[in-house]
Formats: sequence, structure tokens, C-alpha cells
Amino acid sequence: MTVKNFTIQCPAPKASTDRIVMAHGGGGRMSQRLFEEIFRPAFANAALDARHDGALLALGGARLAFSTDSYVVRPLFFPGGNIGDLAVNGTANDLAMCGARPKYLSCGFILEEGLEIAKLQQVVETMRTAAEANGVELVTGDTKVVDRGKADALFINTAGIGVIEHPVSPTRIEAGDAIVVSGDLGRHGVAILSVREGLEFDSPIESDCAALWPQVERMFAEGIDVHCLRDLTRGGLSSALNELAAAAGFGMQVEENAIPVDAAVRGACEVLGLDPLYVANEGRFVAFVPARDAEAAARLLPGGAVVGAVTGEAAGRVWIQSRMGARRLLDMLSGEQLPRIC
Amino acid sequence: MKYIDEYRDPELAHALAREICKIARRPWTLMEICGGQTHTIMKSGLHEMLPPEIQLVHGPGCPVCVTPLELIDKALAIAARPEVIFCSFGDMLRVPGSEYSLLDAKARGADVRIVYSPLDAVKLARENPDRQVVFFAVGFETTAPANAMSVFHAAERGVDNYSILTAHVLVPPAMEALLSSADCRVQAFLAPGHVCTIQGTREYEPLAAKYRVPIVATGFEPVDILEGVLMAIWQLEEGRCEVENQYGRAVRRDGNAAALAIVERVFEVSDRTWRGVGVIPLSGLRLRPEYAIFDAEQRFGIEMPPVPEPADCIAGLILQGLKKPNECAAFGTACTPERPLGAPMVSSEGACAAYYQYRSTSRHDREELYYPVPRA
Repeated sequence: MTVKNFTIQCPAPKASTDRIVMAHGGGGRMSQRLFEEIFRPAFANAALDARHDGALLALGGARLAFSTDSYVVRPLFFPGGNIGDLAVNGTANDLAMCGARPKYLSCGFILEEGLEIAKLQQVVETMRTAAEANGVELVTGDTKVVDRGKADALFINTAGIGVIEHPVSPTRIEAGDAIVVSGDLGRHGVAILSVREGLEFDSPIESDCAALWPQVERMFAEGIDVHCLRDLTRGGLSSALNELAAAAGFGMQVEENAIPVDAAVRGACEVLGLDPLYVANEGRFVAFVPARDAEAAARLLPGGAVVGAVTGEAAGRVWIQSRMGARRLLDMLSGEQLPRIC
Repeated sequence: MKYIDEYRDPELAHALAREICKIARRPWTLMEICGGQTHTIMKSGLHEMLPPEIQLVHGPGCPVCVTPLELIDKALAIAARPEVIFCSFGDMLRVPGSEYSLLDAKARGADVRIVYSPLDAVKLARENPDRQVVFFAVGFETTAPANAMSVFHAAERGVDNYSILTAHVLVPPAMEALLSSADCRVQAFLAPGHVCTIQGTREYEPLAAKYRVPIVATGFEPVDILEGVLMAIWQLEEGRCEVENQYGRAVRRDGNAAALAIVERVFEVSDRTWRGVGVIPLSGLRLRPEYAIFDAEQRFGIEMPPVPEPADCIAGLILQGLKKPNECAAFGTACTPERPLGAPMVSSEGACAAYYQYRSTSRHDREELYYPVPRA
């Protein structure tokens, strides 16, 4: 048996980018491009250009952080929380990541015709509890109802204002800073995916969704000079580090061995073909602190761990030292993480 | 995690690498067939643990990469029909056809869904009796049993709104095509462990004998791959050419009888075009005549002219192990996962994607891919 037609051809597909695809919302490179090419040119201003988790504003002598986020999670209810937890914690956490104490939230509900009111009630009750945990008040809101099929049961938008208590910013990152993560990674993304895919585990993996301000406040109170904070939502740790390395103009190196990932989450990621370093979290963040404060910061955080350091070389790049000892790039996510064939 | 951590143990891996350094007296070129193995090699930096005389070249074992353009165009044409729910493994969605990808089709309104199992697609068909559910049956021997089972189930239960678009390929004919090529420089193979779990290792024995080439069925973790390399080099140094099994925790010589039986019942062997390579005789699977009503190509009567593919990337050479991704002028510049020139840059099992994702700098010399791991 021989091959007659053994020609070398090249597949040369065209990449089409004239429509929005899901990866534009994935928090990786395509989301970044959307911002750079569509939104930033239209709205450019100093606060937006700072590319923080929220806008840092000076208003009548007060230093404020202002942030907004929309929540479209499916399913609405998942192990460890529901869309209401996300809507309050997500925006409050963005403010906390600006070094700001969250104060006030607005809330817009987009309800699909046919949504059970009991479900809405349950979500709202959760939002009340989450608001208490964050010390915020929901002070204004809006409700819209759309025809059945025009929204996926319930979408929520929240915007929030907080008062800055400590200056944190990518520009404060310095060579030699320690990189501390606040807990184990990947729980939220895996919890959501396991419900969607009907995966069952001996003990269900619960979302890590939580209020982060109390943890941040504890570090401030202990006098840790936190240089920068970033929550590890869409795109996970790798996207956050890449964004910050680019914004700060430094290199970063992390140790694969030091990054905490729960065994069940690792197992689920193996099954689903995902890398936990790219999976979304809703209650985890990364803190950049002076090396002398690294251990103290890790101790103050519930599952804190020092995972790496900022380096003076290779600006804008993030390196990872593999378990085997090889050093390679930890790249940003290109497109969505998609399950593999085999 | 049991069955994972022990195969990622750095000490064990380095001990195997030292052993390879000790026994290798001549330069050897080995090919790992499977894209999953390529990814482990790149992610863990295993190639940097080996002596420079031991070259690992990357094989065609990426189902997404070898699925011909015209079949993706067929998938797109079927997915565009309003009555169709088009189901696929996630990996296939990003690969562009001659105009756009299934993900783009989804953005344009096609009902395209990711499933983890073809049986989920059958379930979808039962839940949506007024729609046509089509599953893109892609893959090597590994995915064939589940895909066959979905058709068998649909037939047994009279789910007549289910069909599959078949793009199944087989490993041994591809290896034979590589070995019979005049350009072949592969001296030993790491055979794909998952494929061997289904097929067993028996079908590799004639290949090893005919082409005098060692073949080691190998797993996917760092320790598996280094042990596979060690076993292959041992054979080469001793002048043996046998089929050996490194992946004993999953692979038996005779394979999985139940899985083979369902494949045999539903599919038959046929010629198949491999993207970037060409037609390889008897290298694919198609539905047997008695299951032909589940063939989406026939059901929807889609005919596509063969699509000419311009020769401005070297995917064909890469799929045959003749070049490495970083030897391509377009690598990482004109060709990236976001704007791919060829399928190996798109798939998570593609060699170019592995090199890109785990690269170490923007320059593309081999030496620049990693900071070296200290060698024995």
C-alpha cells in the first residue's frame, strides 16, 4: 500500500472577524482587541485609559472608584451561588480591586417574560445577603421585561461607587514585588461547567463567589503596602497577569508548583480539557506586595499563596516554571477555551 | 490526583531523562503520533530534557488538523440549514472552512452546539423531533466507538432525525504513508495510547516488521512519554524493531473487544483525504450501507467541489514531521491562533498551537523555545 497523491498542500483558511463571536466576551485577547479597536477610540479619556478594574475619579475632594458589570450566567443557580451573588460581589469586588471600600450599587434587571417570580425573589434575597457581606447598599435600579426568547431568563447589570482607601494601581508594581493569590483557582468556572455538562463529583465543586473587600481591608489594616490588586475573573490568572505585565511594563514569573488548585478542580479540568490557570474565578484575586510583606499577605488571605515575583527583565511577559523545571511563556487566552476531541 | 500525579513526578521524569542520555549513543529521530503527546512535550519542556541528538518530530495525530477543508465546508452548509441543530466537539468549531468557521456560523444564527458525547446529540434529537440533529463525527479510532454507538442507539430507538457527518481517520495507514515516503526520517514511533486502548497494539506488528521500525504504545503524561522514548531508543540501540507497550495501565495487545465490535458493526474502512497530506488508501471509516440513512452527507445531499488550498503555509510538512512549527516563516507572525493560516495553529492538539502556546519568546529559533532544563 503506497500513497499516490502525496502532495503537500497548505490549508489556508481565512479568519473572519466581521461579527461578534463568543470569544469576544471571553476575557482573553479578543476581548482586549474589542476594547482597543472599538470602545477605547470612541470614548478615550484618562480614567478609561488607565485600564483599571474600575475608573479612579477625583470628585469634589473625594477619591472614588466607579465600576460596572453585567451578569448573564447560565444556569442562574449553580453550586455555591446564583446570579445574584455574582451581580453584587462582581461589581463590589471590582471596586475592592481599586483599593476602594464599596459603598453604593445600582442594579438593572432585564427579565424574560415567563420567569418565575419565586426565582427572582430568591435571587434578590441572595443579593441582599451579598450586599451585607460587602457593606454596600443598592440605592437605585431599573427593571425591563422583554419577550420570551429575547433574554435568557434574567440578566442583571450593576454599577458601583466606592471610596479609595489605599492607592493600588498597575503603575505601582515594582520589580521584586511578590505575586500572591488569595486562594485556590478554578472553582467558579468548573462549578458552572459541571452543571452545564451534567458532571457529578463525590462532593460537588462549589463556586468561589465571595465578597473580596473584607480580605483586602484586612491587608490594609495590617499595614501591608499593597501595590496592585486584580480579581481573577474571565480568563483566569493567566489573563490577569498578562494584562498587568503589559500595563506595568515588567516581566513576571510564577511557579506551577506553588499555584493552589484543589484536587477535585484539577480532576474536573483534566476531564473537561481545561487549564485551571485560564478558568474564571469569582472570589479570588492576585495581590502585588513588596517581597518583605509576601508571607504576611498570604497568611491573611484564607487560602493565600505566594506564587511568583515581578522581574525586571522581559517586560510585558509572564513566565511559568513547569513542574519539570522548564520555563515557558504563560500566554493569554486566544479565543475561548474549548473542550478537546480526545 | 491518583493516576495523574505519579506520572508528572519531576524526579521520576528526570531519572528517565538521565537514563535516555546514558543509553543513547547515536542520534535518533522519533515521532510521537498524537497531538496530545506533542502538547505534553511542549508544555512540560520534555524535549529540553533530552540530549540534542534525540529529535522528537510531531506526527499527524490531530483530528481537527487533518479534516479536509471541503468537509468543513459541508459541515457549514449543513449547519446553515434552519431545521438543523449541528453538534460538534468544541475543538472543531474554531477551524475555518474556506470562508468561515462553525463559530462564525453560530454568530450568524446557525444552531451550533458543543457536546461532550455523541450520545448527548442523540438525546438532543429525541428531545427535538421536529429538528434534524447532525453530529460532526471527527477523530481517530479513539472516538469511533462512541460515534458508532450513537448511530447504533439511534437505529435501535428509531431516532430518525439524527445523522452524522463522518470524518474518521485511522492511524496505521497514516504511519504507513509516512514510512513509505522517500522523505521519511522517522526511526521510531510513539504510538498514540488512546487509540491503542481501543485498537490494541497487534495492528502495529506488521508495520514494525515491514519497515523495521520500533513502535511503542505510549501514554500522555510526562513520565509516560519519557519512558516511551527510553523504550524506543533502547530498541534502536539494540537493533530491535518491536511493538512494545509503555501504556500498560490502559492498553492491551488485543484492544477493547466491545468497542471494536460496535465500530465493526456500524463502520467500514474507506479511502480518506487527509488535509495537508492527500488521499491515503483505506485510512478512514464510513457508515456501512445498512446504516447509510444516518449519513448526513446523503441525507442533505450536500456536494462540495474539492477546495484548492494555496500553498503559503507548511502544515503538510509539519503533519508529516518533516518540519517543525518554528521552522515556518509565518509562525507567530502571519499565523497565530487568532488568525491562523493552517489548522495545526487552531486545534488544541495541533503542533503549531502547542509551539505557540508554550513558546518562550517572540523569536522562533529552536533554542529560544525554552530556557533549557539542566541536563544530566
